[in-house]
Amino acid sequence: MVRNPAANRDQFRPTDHPNDAFLLTTVVGSYPKPKWLNRADELVEDPDSKFDESDLAEAHDDACRLITHEHERAGLDTVVDGEMRRNEMVEFFAERIDGYEFNGPVKVWGHNYFDKPSVVEEVSYDEPWLVDEFAFTTNVAERPVKVPITGPYTLGFWAFNEAYPSTEELVYDLADLVNEEVEKLVEAGARYIQIDEPALATTPEDHAIVGEALDRIVSGIDEDVRIGLHVCYGDYSRIYPEINDYPIDEFDVELCNGDYEQIPTFTDPEFAPDLALGVVDAHTAEIEPVEEIKENIRQGLRVVPPEKLTISPDCGLKLLPREIAYGKTENMVTAAREVETEIDAGEIDLDAPLADD
Amino acid sequence: MTERVAATPGIYPLPDWAKGTLSDLKGHQKGDLLSGDEGGEIAEAYDEVRTEFVDDQIEAGLDRVVEGQGRWDDMIAHPLTIHDDVETGGIVRYYDNNNFYRDPRVVGELDFSGDVADELESARALLEEAGSGDAPLAATLPGPYSLAELATDEHYGDDDEFRAAIAEFLAGELEAFPAHETLFLLEPSLVTNPPADGTEERATDAIATVADATDADVVVQTFYGALDEKLYAHLVDEAGADALGLDLVAGDREDTVYNVQEYGSTDSLALGLVDGQNTLVEEPETIAERVEWFEGQVLAADFETTYLTPNTELFYLPENKYRAKLSALAAATEVLE
Repeated sequence: MVRNPAANRDQFRPTDHPNDAFLLTTVVGSYPKPKWLNRADELVEDPDSKFDESDLAEAHDDACRLITHEHERAGLDTVVDGEMRRNEMVEFFAERIDGYEFNGPVKVWGHNYFDKPSVVEEVSYDEPWLVDEFAFTTNVAERPVKVPITGPYTLGFWAFNEAYPSTEELVYDLADLVNEEVEKLVEAGARYIQIDEPALATTPEDHAIVGEALDRIVSGIDEDVRIGLHVCYGDYSRIYPEINDYPIDEFDVELCNGDYEQIPTFTDPEFAPDLALGVVDAHTAEIEPVEEIKENIRQGLRVVPPEKLTISPDCGLKLLPREIAYGKTENMVTAAREVETEIDAGEIDLDAPLADD
Repeated sequence: MTERVAATPGIYPLPDWAKGTLSDLKGHQKGDLLSGDEGGEIAEAYDEVRTEFVDDQIEAGLDRVVEGQGRWDDMIAHPLTIHDDVETGGIVRYYDNNNFYRDPRVVGELDFSGDVADELESARALLEEAGSGDAPLAATLPGPYSLAELATDEHYGDDDEFRAAIAEFLAGELEAFPAHETLFLLEPSLVTNPPADGTEERATDAIATVADATDADVVVQTFYGALDEKLYAHLVDEAGADALGLDLVAGDREDTVYNVQEYGSTDSLALGLVDGQNTLVEEPETIAERVEWFEGQVLAADFETTYLTPNTELFYLPENKYRAKLSALAAATEVLE
């Protein structure tokens, strides 16, 4: 059963928002790291260098401050620290969850590797994973901060399972840990949580496992907390309309990459959660012009009305050159604000949003 | 008396140093992967990798030594992706794994390449240098059915003709191999995407074409689960295999036992006993028990040879676990003695 997105959306509307219509602008999470941060990550490993862990912590703080402000400068309504402290989306969490161990990198394709961890005993919760990170970012940010968390399905299926009779059981245990983390984040003031489940895109037949995991994640979480789910490029028809039953406020999709061919999938039956629509491509190094992004936003209006539409990039932007990532984000916000103006002026037919007026 | 042979179908994970060195030398992008004509530092790095692979196997005490296929960037699609008349398309998913390979688009006649034969010559030389010149060499090739399934035909224009051309191509490659005791033909597609009912000869004819091109014992290694029973029966009788390789880790092993009970088997069998996709290292005693359990279930029709193998290739594993699995397999044959 979908949560109640209308109950939490307005808190992200800036007090000085210029239009009646409000298309919530956000990002998926990751952002290109400044080059000096990558150098700092290497330097701390170098035994000949005086650069130590506390220097690296300072560098991470600086980078988080920088990217949070960069997001604000681009005009986003909700911001992220660009995941400056994270290396890889599974590794980062596996390092913080008891029960995982690392044996070394494994091949994904060609010479691209991933330090795929092994679950060697029952997983358990030790120290908070993200609360310090959130507290820092929210302290330096003027806009509300969104917290992306790798979901339990991905944390389970992108690891070797040595300890559980089935990986499904591992996923449910991990979901309980994510629930504990979300509770702590909410206590610390977080109101916007995004669960990332890229693994679902490759095994859509497991949508029921993800649904059960989400039930556990949101257990006891008030409706003033916005829970999003991000699933990147895949065949969405394999998980729709099932996702309408997920206990989420918002479903975040990557459709720009596929030129919105899959939009009709979401129009029947009616889309239940809010739609967070990717309107700039995370895999092309060209900044889309504002006019093009506005057309992409109109694609989202085919699925949901403006009060249920969130605007975001397709996916994390970390693989792009930084100036391209910034340009895309800035144009995305400009496009959203212009579409809002057009909606206010009645220039967009919300029943046929692609039609020229 | 059944002979127990510890062996692997190869496609090992690169040592961690080589992961770093080769990605620095070659790059991370699609266009940076091997086209088969590499030289200089890249070729030297692969020579060193091959030496390590051979040493790993000698040290573990395996009964067959493979080249290790460190160069196979595209896993079993490798013999095509480095071929002159094949262009590589996008990155596509490798079976039901979080792994990807370059789509081989066959755009011309698949004539002789010699790439895999050269690798095996080098492995043969390493064995001789190591003073293990008599250690039996095992060769690895993709099975023709799976290779045709993984590739895209933009030249032959007919599925049957394309599959036959791939089988002929592999047979031609095989004829250039140095002496080898065993040939592993990797055929996961027989499980994941089998020929339709009544068209089993699409697989068996192609495999027989390749199997006929060597005097070695041919193991047709199937994996990612159990074979459909009818296809299994055809493979036993018509594929020219000395041994079928059966996955006892993934999927329902009861189905596999049933197939053997109901339809008999090839003279020898290869049992996929060690999980090539999980870091949990099986105890040699556990592996030995699995062999005895299986042989007991099928009322030990006397197999000539039982090959003790991993169920899949081993590239899915981190370096330390791959080595531990080799040792566990070799030790299991000792437990059974």
